[in-house]
Amino acid sequence: MHRHVYLDHAATTPLDSRVREAMRPYEEEAFGNPSSFHTAGKRAKDAIDGARKRIADLLSARPDEILFTSGGTESDNLAILGFARAHREHGKHLITTTFEHQAVLEAMTHLEKSGKAGSGSAGKEGFEVTRVSVDAQGLVDPEEVRRALRSDTILVSVMAANNEIGTLQPIAEIGNLIRKERGTRAYPVFHTDACQAAGAINLNVEKLHVDLLTFNGPKIYGPKGIGALYVKRGLKLQPLQFGGAQERGIRPGTENVAGIIGLAAAFEIAQAEREAESARLLPLRDRLIAGILKHIPKTRLNGHPTKRLPNNVNISFMDLEGEALLLYLDAKGVYASTGSACTSASLDPSHVILALGMPYEVAHGSMRFTLGHATTEEDIDYVLEVLPPLVEKLRSISPVRVDEKYFA
Amino acid sequence: MSYVQPSTPGTKGDVTTKNGTQSWFYTDTVKDHFFNPRNFMHEDANSDDYNAVGKVGSPACGDELRVWMKVGPETEKILDFRWKTFGCGSAIASTSMCSVMVTENGGMTLTEARGLKPQDIMERLGGLPSRKFHCSVLCDKALRDAINDYYRRAGQFDKMIVEATRVIDPVSKVTDHDIEEAVLEGATTVEAVQAKTKVGVGNPSVLPAVEELIRFYREKYFGAESK
Ligand code: FES
Repeated sequence: MHRHVYLDHAATTPLDSRVREAMRPYEEEAFGNPSSFHTAGKRAKDAIDGARKRIADLLSARPDEILFTSGGTESDNLAILGFARAHREHGKHLITTTFEHQAVLEAMTHLEKSGKAGSGSAGKEGFEVTRVSVDAQGLVDPEEVRRALRSDTILVSVMAANNEIGTLQPIAEIGNLIRKERGTRAYPVFHTDACQAAGAINLNVEKLHVDLLTFNGPKIYGPKGIGALYVKRGLKLQPLQFGGAQERGIRPGTENVAGIIGLAAAFEIAQAEREAESARLLPLRDRLIAGILKHIPKTRLNGHPTKRLPNNVNISFMDLEGEALLLYLDAKGVYASTGSACTSASLDPSHVILALGMPYEVAHGSMRFTLGHATTEEDIDYVLEVLPPLVEKLRSISPVRVDEKYFA
Repeated sequence: MSYVQPSTPGTKGDVTTKNGTQSWFYTDTVKDHFFNPRNFMHEDANSDDYNAVGKVGSPACGDELRVWMKVGPETEKILDFRWKTFGCGSAIASTSMCSVMVTENGGMTLTEARGLKPQDIMERLGGLPSRKFHCSVLCDKALRDAINDYYRRAGQFDKMIVEATRVIDPVSKVTDHDIEEAVLEGATTVEAVQAKTKVGVGNPSVLPAVEELIRFYREKYFGAESK
């Protein structure tokens, strides 16, 4: 039997056993509702308060600046819809990038669309959105963000690390320039989606100069169904849901106690081990990149070679389609993901690869391999061994020849 | 019988969408043809050995398919059928299956081959996930294109069947072909087709014709019982 090599950690990570241990008491005995006045409820409430404090410390924030949500998508939605709607009378211009996560992009599009003339709800929301483009290496230029700023810009959202190509964005620099532009005014504020980056970079909100920050459990070996949003003290958000006083009424609903405990534990471990784990992953990442580029012709690394997450490898294999390669790899026990249109629900290829200025076919043949705790050198070598003949086989049945300028 | 393989919510199938909301399975026959594709055109093959070629691009997902066909001049039977595709597992498997079907038992005549429908290929494959129907249509179209090419080269122009497109909505410039594509991509109601094509937006008088066409293509590709 062949190996099983899971290289899809950007999709989700397995639950760390230490995190599971931390959660266990709250899944078993301590089932109290934190809003109840009895001892069981009190115990749950204390646990949440403790988790909130620990997370706040790691972010250099205050406990009352941490909101718990159901995950990254909700945190992003709450940051964007909640902030924009609460501050609409101060400006209706929003800025983001072309390669953001859909949780940000679609929230922005929603605010924009529902106000467009002819949509049947003209004037309802009516925001304008500028999507700053990224360069061919997958990096956002802070100057581009500055140029997009207007006097009515209230919110800027730029992800800390891209989920497909792993490029690390100059968040502190962008945050700093926004703060300077803002001066003594209240706007614009700066949001970052740090879901992919939470295990790789320091998330000190003071140093990053961010006002809103998203992260979640399932990308850092924590539980699924739990996320957090850092909201700088004094920033008003309009809730997306109603019916309780939890999370200061901004995110009502009975707390996911075990999830919150798990998120705090996972975040603590991720931040404590981030440097050592990055140092371990970097050579593995570079071994995979170099091995593919060297031994398989007509390949291209998507995203900057070094300004990227230590676990992310994204390669376009020219002349072939990604779902086919994904299935061939799967049959060999290698689990990856692709930016091909054929696997997307909408039949659109990866908007991230297209945002790099690449044509359709290059997005179609893109594969993402994301390493994790369990990845070893043997795993990487196994991938490098099984991959070339599969690529060759698919190319031999393909009529497409991608223009050389995209991989030479 | 239904050719629709269940698509599963979540991430349990053979393939899962990027956003993790859908996944789908492939049958063993699909996998067999996908991992061991039959009759693909070898790198060193000589295209002069074939007397017809066909080509089709999928506007749905940007895929491409080419076929080479050898037809016996007397019998008009398909003696050899080769292909190359830039497409997903379903595209590879259905083209492979199509190549087997048109050449087995001495080969189909061109008339028989014209009668081959995408759902015949799907049936032999044991079904495809519904969102993959359009992949099996690719090879069906390439086959038709090659048949026309054969008649063109043979000077039998009267036997060529050109599927003319017809503008359905002069305002949005949507053609019957656009509606066909939308149905193949899974839009089976007027609303869904409108969302994809903008047909009849601001020109509702064409909607009855659109509805008629949706029914026609649904029956053509998915059979009468499809919902
Ligand atoms: S060829 Fe793209 S989905 Fe099948």
